[in-house]
Amino acid sequence: MADRKKAGDLWKSIKKNKACYAMIAPFMIFFVIFTVIPVVMSVPVGFTDFNMVQIPEFVGLSNYTTLFFSDRIFMKSVRITLIFAFFTGPLSYMLCFLLAWFIEVLPQKLKPVFTLIFYMPSMANVYTVWKLIFSGDMNGYLNSFLMNIGFINSPVQWLTDGRYVLGSAITVQLWISLGAGFLAMRAGFQNIDPVLYEAGAIEGIRNRWQELIYIVIPSMGPQLMFAAVMQIVNSFTAGTAAQNLVGFPSTDYNAHTIMTHAYDYGWVRYEMGYASAICMILFVVMFLCNKLISRLLKKYTDI
Amino acid sequence: MTRSTGRIKASNRQAGRKKGGTAVLIVFLSVTGLFMLMPIYLTIVMSVKPVEELFIFPPKLYTSNPTLDNFRDMFRVLKSSRIPFSRYLFNSVAVTVSVTVLQCGTSSMAAFVLAKCRFPGSRAINSIIVVSLLYQSNVIYIMQYMVMAQMRIIDNPLALILPSVASPMGLFLMRQSISQIPDSMIEAARVDGAGLFRICWQIVMPNQKPALMTMIIFAFQSAWNIQGESLVFHEQYKTLPTAVMQAASAGLSRAGVAMAAAVFMLVPPVIVFMLVQRQVIQTMAHSGIRE
Repeated sequence: MADRKKAGDLWKSIKKNKACYAMIAPFMIFFVIFTVIPVVMSVPVGFTDFNMVQIPEFVGLSNYTTLFFSDRIFMKSVRITLIFAFFTGPLSYMLCFLLAWFIEVLPQKLKPVFTLIFYMPSMANVYTVWKLIFSGDMNGYLNSFLMNIGFINSPVQWLTDGRYVLGSAITVQLWISLGAGFLAMRAGFQNIDPVLYEAGAIEGIRNRWQELIYIVIPSMGPQLMFAAVMQIVNSFTAGTAAQNLVGFPSTDYNAHTIMTHAYDYGWVRYEMGYASAICMILFVVMFLCNKLISRLLKKYTDI
Repeated sequence: MTRSTGRIKASNRQAGRKKGGTAVLIVFLSVTGLFMLMPIYLTIVMSVKPVEELFIFPPKLYTSNPTLDNFRDMFRVLKSSRIPFSRYLFNSVAVTVSVTVLQCGTSSMAAFVLAKCRFPGSRAINSIIVVSLLYQSNVIYIMQYMVMAQMRIIDNPLALILPSVASPMGLFLMRQSISQIPDSMIEAARVDGAGLFRICWQIVMPNQKPALMTMIIFAFQSAWNIQGESLVFHEQYKTLPTAVMQAASAGLSRAGVAMAAAVFMLVPPVIVFMLVQRQVIQTMAHSGIRE
């Protein structure tokens, strides 16, 4: 009896909100067909042996046990992903915020110019030029520059020497990492009502630090959260830049991230089950990371 | 009258306090900006370098006799294809425009509702969208392919457009931004008898220019780069990135052409970026009190 009443209430509330459902419908239809269904279909693949030709065969947890207990390259890729994520995650996040904030202080005319300068790398597709910059012979821009100033005597193999590949890959990744997060933060700054600054000035806010802590950060919580999510995704799934730059596989697997590993098993060896398991682990890590960060930013995001 | 002079004073004080530091910031940003621009600058320089200058030692940061040979080469390769260049361009423009319009339209509407209305299922949908952003798996593409095969849109231009319409990223961005609008504003409009649809487009969206414009940039940029060579096989459905990539792919020996291709592909997003930013700045200048 109580259940039926509850169901009736739910139905009433659904009917009352039918305008809401109508407005999310266009998005939801496409979202369900092209994102939700493929995601839901791809999860069970991790428990199978699937080569894209034959019908998947259920193998239980064996993909996961292999990953954790006998795949040494996977373990290495976890370490490298964490290094990547550290540099291109928190570091780049703070860089995004600082640059967005500095640009906000500039005169109105200069703002779009600098925003464009810092955002342009994420629009450009210029791995070739990085290859020439890091090129291992004397013709490489970096080598020729360092040799000119007498820092090194012979060319360094930036892209093939096991000691440098990770550093080179991280540099390029960092260069393209000022993307969605940075632009969202710029939008966040632009959204702050100028009246707030004036009110702050009247109430005795003296310097930019106080302005930042009492006005800017509290009114940018949602954008900070968005940037954090984008930064988590981009830093943990980094790998394409490295693959393009230092080749695949990189020397001694020194720039081999989890995503590269998944690429290896998915698109090179066609072991989709295994690749899917790898991605699942990455998802769990990112999910936990996201939970942690939303807890940290909770103070500012509950509006 | 008194109020407005007070405000002018306050903003003057703010501006005056910032003069000295601003110069330092401009210098700092310019230096960092130079580093950021260096690879792009080199790309542009190399795209106009004659072939014989590409691999000389020491590599030069400029060229004394710029040429458009690389661009000409690129177009020559593009022209040698059975399909005229204009067709690729048309495909790309059609895909980009429809994806951008559909994506921004559907996402902003859904974002408004998800940010400002509580209804059965709204919480779940909100968290599913964030989770879907975090779930990055290369297996998804296979499943997407299977879904599209079921819909019989493989090798159909729709295969390039439909999967990109719902962008969880764009929606998330808009939702975050709209959540900052005071509820009172929406309540007031509701009391006046406006429906959700009208509130969304006439009251909320004009207030959300920065986020809206950012979403347009994201949408345009990703749509402009849609390749989909595994989704459409007929040459006449292929987009510009695929064609340009084919023209430029021959390793370092064709470095000049690759650079020309990169520059060529970069121009439209940069133009859109500038147009869109100007919009934001203009509205910022005109908007007084926004509540």
